[in-house]
Amino acid sequence: MFWRKFEERLFNLLIRIATLIIIGSLFVIILTILIKGIPAMSWDMISKPPSGGFYLGKEGGVLNAIVGSIYLGIGASLFAFLLTVPVVVYMNVYAPGTKFTRFIRISLDILYGIPSIVYGAFGFIIMIYFGMKVSLLAGIVTVGLLVLPIMARTMDEVIRTIPKELSDASLSLGATKWETAMKVIVRQAMPGILTALLLGFGRAIGDAASVIFTTGFTDNIPTSIFQPAATLPLAIFFQLGSPIQEVVNRAYASALILTIIILIVSISSRMLTRRFKKNVIS
Amino acid sequence: MKVGRVFKDKVAGKTVFVLSLFASTLLFFIIIGLFIKSWPILSTHSLSGLLFDSIWKPRKNLFGFLPYIISTVYITLISIIIAVPLCILCSIYLSEYASKNVKSFVTSLVDILAGIPSVIFGIWGIIMIVPFISNTLAPAFGEEDTTGYSILAGGIVLAIMVFPIVIHIMLEVLRTVPIELREASLSVGANKWETIKKVVLRKAAPGISAAIVLGFSRAFGETLAVLMVVGNTAIIPHSLFDSGYPLPALIANNYGEMMSIPLYDSALMFAALLLLSVILIFNIVARIVMMRVERQMS
Repeated sequence: MFWRKFEERLFNLLIRIATLIIIGSLFVIILTILIKGIPAMSWDMISKPPSGGFYLGKEGGVLNAIVGSIYLGIGASLFAFLLTVPVVVYMNVYAPGTKFTRFIRISLDILYGIPSIVYGAFGFIIMIYFGMKVSLLAGIVTVGLLVLPIMARTMDEVIRTIPKELSDASLSLGATKWETAMKVIVRQAMPGILTALLLGFGRAIGDAASVIFTTGFTDNIPTSIFQPAATLPLAIFFQLGSPIQEVVNRAYASALILTIIILIVSISSRMLTRRFKKNVIS
Repeated sequence: MKVGRVFKDKVAGKTVFVLSLFASTLLFFIIIGLFIKSWPILSTHSLSGLLFDSIWKPRKNLFGFLPYIISTVYITLISIIIAVPLCILCSIYLSEYASKNVKSFVTSLVDILAGIPSVIFGIWGIIMIVPFISNTLAPAFGEEDTTGYSILAGGIVLAIMVFPIVIHIMLEVLRTVPIELREASLSVGANKWETIKKVVLRKAAPGISAAIVLGFSRAFGETLAVLMVVGNTAIIPHSLFDSGYPLPALIANNYGEMMSIPLYDSALMFAALLLLSVILIFNIVARIVMMRVERQMS
């Protein structure tokens, strides 16, 4: 009898500790980045590209990487978005419940599990095949493919929760499938679609393994998509490898910049979702 | 006007079909692309040689992947051993005990954790975990001269990275356990914990194992964070405090010089193909289990 009570108490405690460890790890990580990053932060870091002796600890900042990452993030998430919306519309409006649709869902699930380094290698192969050089465009395509399954899953999950009666009503009034998709489904799923877009953007900006092969690195701010571009994760990685303390501190500052961008994206996607949910029939 | 509408619908229908076809065949393109690129090395070296030889000297045409494969497996195992108990306990708390508000608060934090880029995990590992291992943990086990850059550091960082995906799937699985089962157990006098242990967890076991396998496959391919903290020396690690060199790190570190040595690029593409194959197998197994679970419940 005593043992039963004791076991229950013990596990009551353990599950709470485990939960605290898990959410605590998030706070510890963010706190570490803040503590190390804030002292190393300066206006120059976010307003100037690296100048002459930047990697020896002299003047400059990481504007090249910030701009590069934002270009890459926008490009890749838009590219993935343009591919994903039609796929999700097809699965849910044109061919719901068919074998092919089930097949698409499974392959998207599997694509979701493929690590970014493999996408990087694949992007590299395409790049060579088309005779392209390391460039922003190659990065956008590669990261776009990486983001595609993440977006598709998120959107698909949201669209599947829309009551079937809504699209039935629209179709029965004589609307075509395309009109139903655009005017009923997409509008209803707007919060989910925006969340998916932001989620993709966040993932695209933070990914490093796939851009090593395809986007390259440069100290200049790219002026066309055929030029290589610097990205924040790689900038952090390279600066961190430096033997000079000044430069390592800059890695901390760059990590802080990246973390802040990611947190803004992830928190605003949450708020957007909440706001748009008001206009949706449930 | 009417013809226009129907025509538009037809065109749109064809377009979305073609794009869906593309999305669903992307996987095959990736496999085929990697296979073609790794063919040069596959046709000149035996598969068992590549997988089980431990000498890696690309300049001498020796490509033994064993140290990399073993490092990858060790690091993944360490991360899973750390992550799985914590994730199971946390998911039980969230699904069985926590109030609605606490649950949505914790799951949003877990979602934010999922969005943190791997380079941030890596930098955190270098700042906190690596010094902790070399100054505190390793001396406590009698290993004085370690740098802290070790497979243990990689495993710890990875464990935190797989929390979100494992918790997410486990919560989904626990939700499919019918509430009536719990009520039946409680009504015959079992306390809450006994109900969870003997009814809920037993019922959810296949789904939980699928979650673990998916976490495993996520950990298997993670690159940058691990690369930053494992030390990257191509020897087979013998203790937790030894450094290792996992496959993804091998690919990422050598992209620069791979074009200058014959067969080197092919070897790296083979490494990517190897990663992909393992992950594919894990994923397919886990998905089949998950589908069974869903079908059983509905």
